[in-house]
Amino acid sequence: MRNRDLIDETYAALSANKVRSSLTVLGIVIGIASVIALTAIGQGAQSSIQSSIQSIGSNLIEVMPGASRQIGFGVSGGRGTARSLTVADENAIAQVANVAAVSGELSSRYQVAASGANTNTTVDGVDAAYLTIRNLVIDQGSFITDNQSTSLAKVAVVGPTVVTDIFGTNAVASDALGQTVRINNILFTIIGVTKTKGASGIGNTDTTVFIPIGTAMQYFAGNGNAYLSNIDIQATTQGDMTQVQNDVTALLMARHNISDPTKADFSILNQTDLVSAASSVTSTLTTLLAAVAGISLIVGGIGIMNMMLTTVTERMREIGLRKAIGATKKDINNQFLSEAIALTFIGGGIGIALGWGISFAVTLTGLLTAQVTLSSVLLAFGVSAGIGIIFGWYPARRAANLNPIDALRYE
Amino acid sequence: MIEFSHITKTYNSDTPEAYTALNNISFSIDEGEFVAIMGPSGSGKSTLMHILGCLDTPTSGTYTLDGKDVSTMSDDELADIRKDKIGFVFQSFNLLSRTTVLRNVMLPLVYAGVPLEERHARATASLIAAGLTESHFYHLSNQLSGGQIQRVAIARALVNDPALILADEPTGNLDSRTSLVVLGTLQKLNREHGRTIILITHEPDIAEHANRIIRIRDGEIVSDEKSRSPRDAIGETKLYDNAV
Repeated sequence: MRNRDLIDETYAALSANKVRSSLTVLGIVIGIASVIALTAIGQGAQSSIQSSIQSIGSNLIEVMPGASRQIGFGVSGGRGTARSLTVADENAIAQVANVAAVSGELSSRYQVAASGANTNTTVDGVDAAYLTIRNLVIDQGSFITDNQSTSLAKVAVVGPTVVTDIFGTNAVASDALGQTVRINNILFTIIGVTKTKGASGIGNTDTTVFIPIGTAMQYFAGNGNAYLSNIDIQATTQGDMTQVQNDVTALLMARHNISDPTKADFSILNQTDLVSAASSVTSTLTTLLAAVAGISLIVGGIGIMNMMLTTVTERMREIGLRKAIGATKKDINNQFLSEAIALTFIGGGIGIALGWGISFAVTLTGLLTAQVTLSSVLLAFGVSAGIGIIFGWYPARRAANLNPIDALRYE
Repeated sequence: MIEFSHITKTYNSDTPEAYTALNNISFSIDEGEFVAIMGPSGSGKSTLMHILGCLDTPTSGTYTLDGKDVSTMSDDELADIRKDKIGFVFQSFNLLSRTTVLRNVMLPLVYAGVPLEERHARATASLIAAGLTESHFYHLSNQLSGGQIQRVAIARALVNDPALILADEPTGNLDSRTSLVVLGTLQKLNREHGRTIILITHEPDIAEHANRIIRIRDGEIVSDEKSRSPRDAIGETKLYDNAV
């Protein structure tokens, strides 16, 4: 039997019972579409989480005070465990190999007011290096310099949300430049506005007011206590991050006279660890989604097998006739197998298109960017072909092995 | 052309329910003969038909068809023989439903690997030989009358130019007049085209249209005689029409 005849016979057989064929195909369509759409959504979630972590900064290592992990510099005199990082620590860290930049941070929430409007937001004392460490971009004006920190200048760089909160919803970045704001009753001049960055998972720079760290230490730390909320470190390359983290840990343990690592009064957050932790969570989630979708694919495959077995019984006389006029076992086997494979391929094709459509629709809603990967399409196609072969094999074999005499007599 | 030599067929041979359907049967049929094999149900004529049609193999004995010993062939070899040497006409027609007449007749050529262009010409020729006109070619098989359907089946049996046409109770599902039409078609193919035809039936008045009648009973041949004046189905059809 020629291939062209095989295709012809397959088409004739499947179109003879269109309703049943299309319902069977529907099972595969749903299975494949859900595999594609769900893995695409999983992939999209994974990369959106990753990119938001990446946007915090590049090759970022963050040192935070230990134990209570309280970030802040309250007015109370009691030194909590959260007050363990000093400017001297920061300067020592700057000397560690492969550290590209270091910035101390002193942050707390304050009332920020100007011309009658006010907002309660994070006021963050930072070094000049903070700009590059955290991948911040200046929209208007300029960022804080080290000189301003040394001279205790009362200048501020604000996020775009702060601008609209204080100067009205129609205010643009340039409106804020040169204006004066009152932070905790001290007047600051706005010298710069950052570009919109969006929430990054840890803090939101759009709502932050940045001031020189020296100024913050002087006016907001209370009694001149030189404790930092945290220290941001940028490693030279991603490959250096583990080494930098280890060296900084050792350095701070030595400086704080701690020998037992479990009693360290600080903790170190490595951006790479954060990314890989988030990735492992989302990839587990993606696998779970794909597994659920895979179950529906198996159910679809069983539907194909069910239909093929019914078809073999219904067409018993036809099989007998085909055998009587000279069809070999192989001919019959190929015919029924190709019907099953055709069903799964049609289902696979429609399923891929539908899955793609669903992913596109999800992207349009703006929740996340669903990513249809080539590998998931290839996998889905391979699986649908496999299902055709696996679930078509038994019915086809049954048809091929029928005795022509019994098949012809079948009522 | 057909040589049956000491053919025995036993079912369930190694069990207590062993049943011998054919017992040491020998006969031969020459090319161009029109033979009727007659017997009541249970006589073994179905088993004989299956072995003649290469759908089954005998337990012992040899069957030579067109110079080939087919009695010990494998399933696939038998399929090849059926494809090239035998045309079947069944009592229940066995056409593919919802399929055109032409496509039904071309089906054996699909398995024979005949090129597409040639199929059409050969199917047309055998449909005309079976007494159908071109107006029927694109009808679906379930839109035809019983007589027309059986003639389509005859055309399908002819299309591979087989050595032997094997008709198993071809008139079993047809009324008297249509039966005559079908028998007339077979007679015409035998007389005008020299086809070898074996007609299997249990009805004497159908068998009387053949040139030779082999009667079997209980798995053995009870008589094998040539008929000097077989009945003429075409003439009878005319008489029948005049009477009505």
